[in-house]
Parts: sequence; C-alpha cells; structure tokens
Amino acid sequence: MSIASAASSATSSATGPAATPLVEIDKVTGGYGGSDILSDVELSMTADQIVVIIGPNGAGKSTLMKSVFGLVRIRQGHIRLDGEEITNLRPDLVVQKGVGYVPQERNVFPSMTVAENLEMGAFLRRDDFRPQMRRMYDLFPRLAERRDQLAGSMSGGERQMLAMARALMLEPRLLLLDEPTAGLSPLFIDQTFERIKEINSLGIGILMVEQNARQALAIADMGYVLATGRNRYTDTGANLLDNPEVAEMFLGG
Amino acid sequence: MDVVQLFVYGIVLGSILTLGAIGVSLIYGILRFAHFAQGDVAAFGAYIALSVVVASGLPALAALPVAMLAAAGLAILIDQTVYRRLRGASPVILLISSFGMALVIRSLIQLVWGPHNQTFASGIQIPYRVGGLVLKPDHLLIVAAAVALVVGLHLFLTRTRMGKAMRAMSDNMDLALVSGVPAERVVMVTWALAGALGAAAGVFLGMDTRLHPQMGWSVLLPVFAAAILGGIGKPYGAIAGGLVIGVAMEMSTMVIDPAYKPAVAFAIMVLVLVVRPQGIFAGKVL
Repeated sequence: MSIASAASSATSSATGPAATPLVEIDKVTGGYGGSDILSDVELSMTADQIVVIIGPNGAGKSTLMKSVFGLVRIRQGHIRLDGEEITNLRPDLVVQKGVGYVPQERNVFPSMTVAENLEMGAFLRRDDFRPQMRRMYDLFPRLAERRDQLAGSMSGGERQMLAMARALMLEPRLLLLDEPTAGLSPLFIDQTFERIKEINSLGIGILMVEQNARQALAIADMGYVLATGRNRYTDTGANLLDNPEVAEMFLGG
Repeated sequence: MDVVQLFVYGIVLGSILTLGAIGVSLIYGILRFAHFAQGDVAAFGAYIALSVVVASGLPALAALPVAMLAAAGLAILIDQTVYRRLRGASPVILLISSFGMALVIRSLIQLVWGPHNQTFASGIQIPYRVGGLVLKPDHLLIVAAAVALVVGLHLFLTRTRMGKAMRAMSDNMDLALVSGVPAERVVMVTWALAGALGAAAGVFLGMDTRLHPQMGWSVLLPVFAAAILGGIGKPYGAIAGGLVIGVAMEMSTMVIDPAYKPAVAFAIMVLVLVVRPQGIFAGKVL
C-alpha cells in the first residue's frame, strides 16, 4: 500500500508550504451508525485547489466528503477548516462556517423557481443577497434566462448548475460536490467541469467525488484514490493519470 | 333543481372544503402525516365564533378573526404538547394520535357548548334573485371571504421569507435544513395557518348550515377527498380538489338522495387513490 509522494507538486502552483490548509482531514475513522467506513483517512487541501476523490464503488468516497459536512459520525481523528476544529459539527453550522455542499441527488427545490432556489440558498444571509445573485447569473447565464422557471422542469445539466449556484449563495470558502456530472450528457459534463474551474478561480476550494475520473483528474490539482475506506494513492491529478497502476485499477485501463 | 343553482351551491361548499383541504395539505407537506383532527379544529373555530356572536351581537363574519386566532392557538398547542413528542415517529402513529386528538376536541366542544344544533343567526335571510338564480347573502360572503383568504395565503407563500421557507421544506426537507431553514419555526407557522384556515372553513360551514359537535368530523371526509384529489401536500391542488368535490357533491343531488353527498366525496377519493394516487397536481402518494 504505497502512498506515492507528491514530490512533483513543484509543478503545481497549488501547494505552498506556508499556507494553512483550508481543509485538513487528519486520520479520520468513522461511518454511519455502528460500522466504520473510513479508516485513518487523510486529506489536505488549500483554498486555491481543486481536489478530486476517486476510487471503486464502496470505497468511501462520498462518505469522506460528507465527513467534512458533518453528515458522518467521526469516531477518531479530526477535521479542521482553516485550522478550526469542525469534527462532528452539525451540517447547518458547517454551512455557517463557509462550506457549501451540493448533494448528488435531490439538490434543488423542484417546485420553486430558479430565483427562489437561489434565495433559499441565501436564507442565512442577513445582508442584501442580490449582488451575489447577480454574480451567479453572470457565472451561469443559463440560469438568468430561466430565473422564473420551476427547477423541477429543467434538464439535469441545468439543475446541476442551479444546485451549484444555490450552494454558492452564502459565498463559501469551500464547495463540496458529490458526483456533479452523474447522469449528464457529454456536452453538459464538459460544461460542468468548465464551471467548476471557473468557480475555483474565484478563490473557492473545490473538493469533489467523481465517477468521470479521467476528466476530473485532468482539471484537479490533487487526486486522492481511496480503496476500502483507506488512502491508496495521493498525487497530483496529472501524475495519477500517468500512473499505470492507477490507470489499470481505477481508471478502467 | 336547476343545474346552475346546484353549481352555485357546489362552489359555496367547494370554497369551504378548499380552506379545510389547504390546512390538511400544508400539514402533510411539512410533517408528512394525515391530520385527522383538522375537522374538529375547524369546528372549534366555529364555536368560538358562536360565542363571540352571542356575546357581542355581531355577525359571524365579524367574529372570524377571533375564531381564526383561537384555532391557530389550539393547533399550535396540540402540536407542542402532543405531536412534537412524536416527530420522526411513523406516520401511522401520528395519524392515530391525531384521531385521538379529534375525539378530545369534539368532546370538549360538546362539554362547553352542548350537544344540540345551534345557528349563528336566527330568522330567514332574504335571498337575492339574479335571473333564475337564488343567492343567499351568506353564500356571497363565504365565497368572497374564501377567495380573499386563498389570495392572502398565496401572497404569503410566494412573497414572504417564511412562506418560501415553508415551500422549501415541503419540497426538499434535507436541502432546506442544510440551507438553514428553522424547521421548528416553520412547523409552528404551518400549524397556525392550518388552524386559522380550518377555523374559517368551520365558521363558513356554520353560516351555511348549522353548528353541531359532529360537524368537523362529518366534513373531514370530503376535506380529505379534496386534498387527495388535488395532490396531498400541494396547497394549490387543494383549491382545485375542493371545488371539484364541492360541485360534485351538490350536483349529485340531481340523481341521488342528498343524504349520500359524503358518499360521493368518498367514491371520488377512492377512485383517485386507485387511478391517480398522486392527485391532479402530483402530490405525495399517501
């Protein structure tokens, strides 16, 4: 079980040794209810990075991401956000700390309009959320065209964009994406990855789980390969793509 | 009787059923259980209005705000003392406990106001005659007030923060919670609305017919038929459901004995559950 070193990170602009990590998952063990799904998992990322978690089904990818959001019972280890302990914090409190979460399914309010969905995303804001709403319409012009349409009547790709925009309404520091391209057509998959890069360029850290592993690693600064709830490989996206073992075992040859 | 005349009566009954059904639908949308005490909360509102009318000599419609406030208070009280302890329990347990609550309220009404029939106003109202149509002033008041209440509810649900939070919770509970929607406050507002609208239904039913401790229980079946037909959990569906059931019940008297009106509502409900259980507006499946 070799963890390939991230020595080549010199090529990545992302990892500065001085910066406090935005997210630090420190030897986390936990799961849902009684049984542990994650054992001793580690992950660290900075705010300027896109980090992708890949691995086979049942490896604990989503569980690892949800552990940051307080949706997993952590038995051992720590999770820190900008150095602050958020281990086992309730999801609504994690949101207030600046973490946005986009679930894989049921991630919009179907019988509310696009504008109302964004407003719900801003529910905790006490200030005027309209400037942020305008920024979202700039980032996702498609949503601006459809602001009065019901979310439930939109295509899967549009809904995914709305889900991301909704999660960005509180201007989070970190965005968690659970399989953002699942079930989308190839055209929408490309568009979604483009948007993710754009969001990241605004200084928002992206931590995501993806089935389209090759495409995701291509835009990722770092990739974490999980297997049976443990770290298997950790390296830059480019290096993981070049690694023949990873390619054979986790990227379908 | 004339078809148009029966249709008018149907709209009046439909307006009353709509108000009750909206309450049932709101509660189902937020708490996911069929509230069987809704009819008796409505009856409680009607009797509060009766006390106000008797004490003040004002017409029933003037007593409506008091009745709505009192029933909203009662609904919140029931929730905080009984249903709150059962959050997350299976819907069947909640349904049965609401059945029990219905019996408690009904007995209370009988204890306080007595078991006999009572009316808001004695004497005969002089009806308007428009063409061949006979319109009682109360009928016009009922329909106008019901429309005003539904418009008010619509504005609340679409224009206010709390109203939107209610729709969000009904739409996607998990996402609403992670968005920071205050669940317990939304639940409380839901009960207040359901109680208040129920009371309006009760008062209007009392204006249209008479007050009786069983009135809430006997109107419960058509109210549920309306909610299910509209798509339970969808307050806008309840409007369509209420009007259809109301009109169907009144029109049926052309061919069958009026005593079977509730059976017509029941038949429609069963038919909907078999053919299209999600209702017209695709609500939750019971």
